[in-house]
Amino acid sequence: MSRHSGSLAGLPLGGTAIVSRVRGERAVVRRLLEVGLVPGTVVTLRRIAPLGDPIELKVRNFALSIRRSEALGIDVE
Amino acid sequence: MTVPPVVLVAGNPNSGKSTLFNALTGSRAHVANYPGVTIDRTSAPLTMSDGRVYELVDLPGTYSLSARSREEQIAVDALLGRGVAAPQAVVVVVDAVAIGRALFLVIEILATGLPVVIALNMSDEAARDGITIDIERLELLTGAQVVRTVATKGEGIAELVRAIGRAADIEPSAAPFLERPEALNLDIAELEAAILEEGVLDRPGAARAWATWLLLSLDDEGADDLVGIPPSLRARTLAIRERAATAGRNVDLEIISSSFRRVDAIVDAVVQHASKVSRSLTDRIDSVLTHRVAGGVAFAMVMMVVFQALFSWSEPAISFIEARVTDAQGAAVAAMPPGPLTDLIVDGVIAGVGNVVVFVPQIGLLFLFIGLLEDSGYLARVAFVIDRLMRSVGLHGRAFVPMLSGFSCAVPAVMATRTIESRTDRLLTMLVLPLMSCSARLPVYVLVTATVFAPGARLGVFSAGAVLLLAMYTLSAVAALTAAAVLRRTVLKGPGGTLVLELPPYRLPAVRVLVFNVWQRVRAFLVSAGTMILALTIVLWALLSYPKAPDSTGHGDQLRYSLAGRLGHAIEPAIAPLGFDWRIGVGIIGAFAAREVFVSTLGIVFDIESADATNEPLRAALRTATWPDGRRLMTPLTGVSLMVFFVLACQCMSTIAVVRRESGTWRWPMFMFAYMTVLAYGASLIVYQVGSRLGWGA
Repeated sequence: MSRHSGSLAGLPLGGTAIVSRVRGERAVVRRLLEVGLVPGTVVTLRRIAPLGDPIELKVRNFALSIRRSEALGIDVE
Repeated sequence: MTVPPVVLVAGNPNSGKSTLFNALTGSRAHVANYPGVTIDRTSAPLTMSDGRVYELVDLPGTYSLSARSREEQIAVDALLGRGVAAPQAVVVVVDAVAIGRALFLVIEILATGLPVVIALNMSDEAARDGITIDIERLELLTGAQVVRTVATKGEGIAELVRAIGRAADIEPSAAPFLERPEALNLDIAELEAAILEEGVLDRPGAARAWATWLLLSLDDEGADDLVGIPPSLRARTLAIRERAATAGRNVDLEIISSSFRRVDAIVDAVVQHASKVSRSLTDRIDSVLTHRVAGGVAFAMVMMVVFQALFSWSEPAISFIEARVTDAQGAAVAAMPPGPLTDLIVDGVIAGVGNVVVFVPQIGLLFLFIGLLEDSGYLARVAFVIDRLMRSVGLHGRAFVPMLSGFSCAVPAVMATRTIESRTDRLLTMLVLPLMSCSARLPVYVLVTATVFAPGARLGVFSAGAVLLLAMYTLSAVAALTAAAVLRRTVLKGPGGTLVLELPPYRLPAVRVLVFNVWQRVRAFLVSAGTMILALTIVLWALLSYPKAPDSTGHGDQLRYSLAGRLGHAIEPAIAPLGFDWRIGVGIIGAFAAREVFVSTLGIVFDIESADATNEPLRAALRTATWPDGRRLMTPLTGVSLMVFFVLACQCMSTIAVVRRESGTWRWPMFMFAYMTVLAYGASLIVYQVGSRLGWGA
């Protein structure tokens, strides 16, 4: 597991980290938590869309796409 | 007749829930609307081997029960029997591959105390991916019955039906124990007691589940759109949330995290992954289809095929329908004595039915393609690839296919906005989509350019007509995107605007499911939007035909005498600044039936038999038409002004009818009609007035 600490948006392609905190507007945070991005969850940055945004994550064995602006609010370590 | 007890079917989006529902019930599904919202309520009878009958209800696909809008609230109200009969049991469809996410919804539903059957769907895919799930332990840890299913192949369905029968015999229990922070437990208990005291729910399990839901769903600012919550409970909930926030606690995080801790514990106990699975097929396909270059090329090609299909493959079917409508009208004229009744049947009813049925080929084709793209998994990639561009104007990545289809016809395109999850995103898309230049505007452009430009007219090296046509398409796309950006910042601010999109594994679509879904959409259109279009056609026919001229000699005289003709005269002062006289005004009113009707209405006004866009007599008549003071009517500048008006105006009752159906209220179609008319009027006014000042008006 690569040592990366900071925002999920800064994770290198293929990098894996653990969610430590999710910040942002309440409705967005709730949505991200409910699809499984709760603190302690392992997340991998799998792919970046052709235009640089959004990004594709692997979390809980499924592929989840979120925007960079949303990824910025997810702290990982 | 007694109403059969209800069994709910819940599940995540992409879990195969609808396919499973169809496999359970065959094609006897009954589609209705939930009151007050635009979500289909699909239900069907389910008959047990012992003759008992249940009403199986398909809940909207969701990741969780929490809600901010009335549409999302449907699920929790159905489960807890608020406003509807409480269910006897719940089937939760779980995508076996993504069980680590899907169990979250299972935990939430178990918390209601209702008997649950877990349909472990796509278990063949899970096995292929090297995932083994210990069914017996899963049953033990959840207290639910678990049945392996492969809905697309009908596997496990009979066993699932038996399990539903057993579950329906079980009484709802108290909510199962869930390990949570002590402070949160106290909060939930306090609210649960308040709910029981209020008498809103009488079963303790249901009250506790609802207490948790209230804490998670109610908006602190009161900006949620949830209904049926007594003010005292709302105040109590917000007070508890505030108290927790003051103590530095995050209630949302506590609730969701504790549920996921339970999920993780269950997954650890029941799921085994094969040590190393080779790179999955989906991964390999995605490395091409979402590749920087290859992905873009593939995207463009797929979209071109869809566009081509809507534009030209539907053409023979549309011509066929139009020809049959003409045949039917001819037969009716021959069979019936001339008179008002015959006119009503020929020009009102038969034409109206034709106006409805003519949309079926495009709707069918669009939903066939959307079904193919959705079921194969590519539709989510479309959103993934294009979201960056769409977002720059405030649209969702999923709005791309509906917007593109708008170039063909707004009616199926508006229906296609259903693939967009958030209501705000969906409304925004359907409000701007009719600005896309649809194929019905083409005959108008053709008539106008052919009228005002000599065949060889050129602008530089290009033909003037082609340049103008390109300009109109560009104007329509720019207008639609600008309108989206403006509406997003004004009328449709609110939530939405997030992506959070699942990219499901690529799968082969099942033909039976595909055909069934296309038929559902077509039927829904015929029944609800279709009847409205038929009624509007008849109203419009009456406007154009009554009152009868006393000594009518020709169709033209009659039209001038009719209400629409008078209306054309009445609005002339308003449209003269755009360069239009009353005859064009009547054409615009007639075009409300469908834009291409502009051409035939003008034909009647100018007393020209069987006018169409390429009809030379009509062009000649238009070229020589003058204002009373002798100025030429159809100058190139008037032509451009007229085309701009048609690009921007919502001159189509079918679009209004379908937006009424899809938005669930008259408010949005009326708003759309108003803003587009203002836009069209303003733009044409600027074109004509500025053009005239610059001396282009001659």
